[in-house]
Amino acid sequence: MMGQGRLAAWGIGLAALVALPFLYRDPYHLHILVLILIWSFAYTSWSMMGRFGLVSLGHGGFMGIGAYVTALLWNHLGWSPWIGIPVSMVAAGALALIVGYPCFRFRITGHYFVLVTLALSGIVLQVITATRDYTGGSLGYTPNRTSGNKLLALQFDDKTTWYLIALGVWLFGIVVWHWVDRSMARYALEAISEDEDAAAAAGVDVTAEKLKITLLSALMTALAGAIYCQYQMFITPDTVSGIAVSLQMVFAAIVGGLFVSLGPTFGAVITILLAETLRIGFGTKAVGWDNLVYGVLLVLFIIFLPKGILGSVLDRLKPQRKVPRAHEQEAVQVARPGT
Amino acid sequence: MLEVSGLVKRFGGFTAVNNVSFRVDQGEILGLIGPNGSGKSTIFNMLSGTLAPSSGSILFDGHEIAGLAPHRIINRGIGRTFQIPRPFRRLTIFENVALAGFYGQGRHSRIKAEEAAERSLAMVGLPTDRHASVDGLGAAGLKKLELAKALATAPKLLLADESLGGLDEAEMDQAADMLRNIRDELGITIIWVEHIMGVLMRVVDRVMVLDHGEKISEGLPSAVAGDPRVIEVYLGTDAETTQAAAAEARRRAGG
Repeated sequence: MMGQGRLAAWGIGLAALVALPFLYRDPYHLHILVLILIWSFAYTSWSMMGRFGLVSLGHGGFMGIGAYVTALLWNHLGWSPWIGIPVSMVAAGALALIVGYPCFRFRITGHYFVLVTLALSGIVLQVITATRDYTGGSLGYTPNRTSGNKLLALQFDDKTTWYLIALGVWLFGIVVWHWVDRSMARYALEAISEDEDAAAAAGVDVTAEKLKITLLSALMTALAGAIYCQYQMFITPDTVSGIAVSLQMVFAAIVGGLFVSLGPTFGAVITILLAETLRIGFGTKAVGWDNLVYGVLLVLFIIFLPKGILGSVLDRLKPQRKVPRAHEQEAVQVARPGT
Repeated sequence: MLEVSGLVKRFGGFTAVNNVSFRVDQGEILGLIGPNGSGKSTIFNMLSGTLAPSSGSILFDGHEIAGLAPHRIINRGIGRTFQIPRPFRRLTIFENVALAGFYGQGRHSRIKAEEAAERSLAMVGLPTDRHASVDGLGAAGLKKLELAKALATAPKLLLADESLGGLDEAEMDQAADMLRNIRDELGITIIWVEHIMGVLMRVVDRVMVLDHGEKISEGLPSAVAGDPRVIEVYLGTDAETTQAAAAEARRRAGG
């Protein structure tokens, strides 16, 4: 339940975030903030299913589809991103259903599910690289600059506009997260993550529930990819797809905290600041170091801080609600005849 | 209300349930007993949709339900408990039951589901407080939770799987009374699988005995307890134990 105080805190925080680009105009810092917001949205999308034990390493694939399909439709067919983005999301969603349905129907769970999704992001990366006549292969791809209406082409030059778009998309992700969190579907997915047979015995259509959350997560991740592409105006297979991007999502979500709404956002702040620090501090000598650091930290976090940084901090801060143990209550009821 | 005919389940070359037929009438409590591995749980799993029968038919309220997915069978009105309680520990007690109330009744209304959860928890005697954790429940509490989950799905037929394992005598009698109350007050028909014969005999209307996947006896508790075939397979051939158990069963059935 969201109390008055928390609602007020969210309101003030949001107002500050909206006001920020009008008061502070350093383009580099705004650029970093836009990146953080877009990746936060991607990580939040991943955590929608990740928090229920559906660990996907295929989300790099969904993100790549979102970015490339939008850019290809624009360059080759002249379709505005306003149409291209929904089309790319549908494509990613269709792929999610095609991969997800057999997995869920035939109960491919745990490590095996991770392996199937790992193959998915590998395949998408390979397809992008292999169709280099259209996608530019590993050299990357640039959407054509528009000479007409910038709004129609979703191409803006100033950072403030992009900051506000990214903020809106990020906020949308947080709202969806809360919507799922407060829905009955959350009960069902928690139950499924613990015991599929028992969930089915409670009346849950296990396959359908898993497919729904996977679809939602894939659609949102594709949107993140498309927005990233429109902002950067340059994409390569390695920056928006593939296993490295997928692993980065897992890392950020787990480090930030899988089970709190702002956890993935916190993870994005950490990963992007880490990558930027390494890039500026060590330059080309440190290429790939961030991935090494991610790997080591991921292992440490899973072992020592499974709730992530934000999740653990919030746990500490939360006033210990007095939760009466059920058996104590039973004792109370027994001791009180006539109830 | 339930009409099972020619039910067969094979696992590879092993026949777990072999050509079993029976019927359950509205408002009845049918006891299902038999030694370990006699096919009781396999029958339950087929009735609840966890397993698809190799052959045979299961008619529920006149509709064929053999091979339907578990959630469809529950939505038609067959609820079940598990032999070993399977609570969802990441949810509170209330959420466990509300989940069953929501999905078990076709996902219509969250409010109705929460009302069903409150009723079911009260029926089995668990706290209706929304924040109580499952971790606070002991063996008896977990069995009650299992029952509350099944009740929240608003079943017409309840499949209760060995509800009493791991309980002491007083708790066992309490649980047996609860099953009878569920039938008397809610009008729910029950099939009850149980190892512990004495308690079962006291509550059920009819008993069916399985051995090696086949039905070997069926009838009133007192008659079945005296059936030599039942005594042989279920209670063993140790004369003294057998007679004591049969006498106990008759005493309980009579009382």
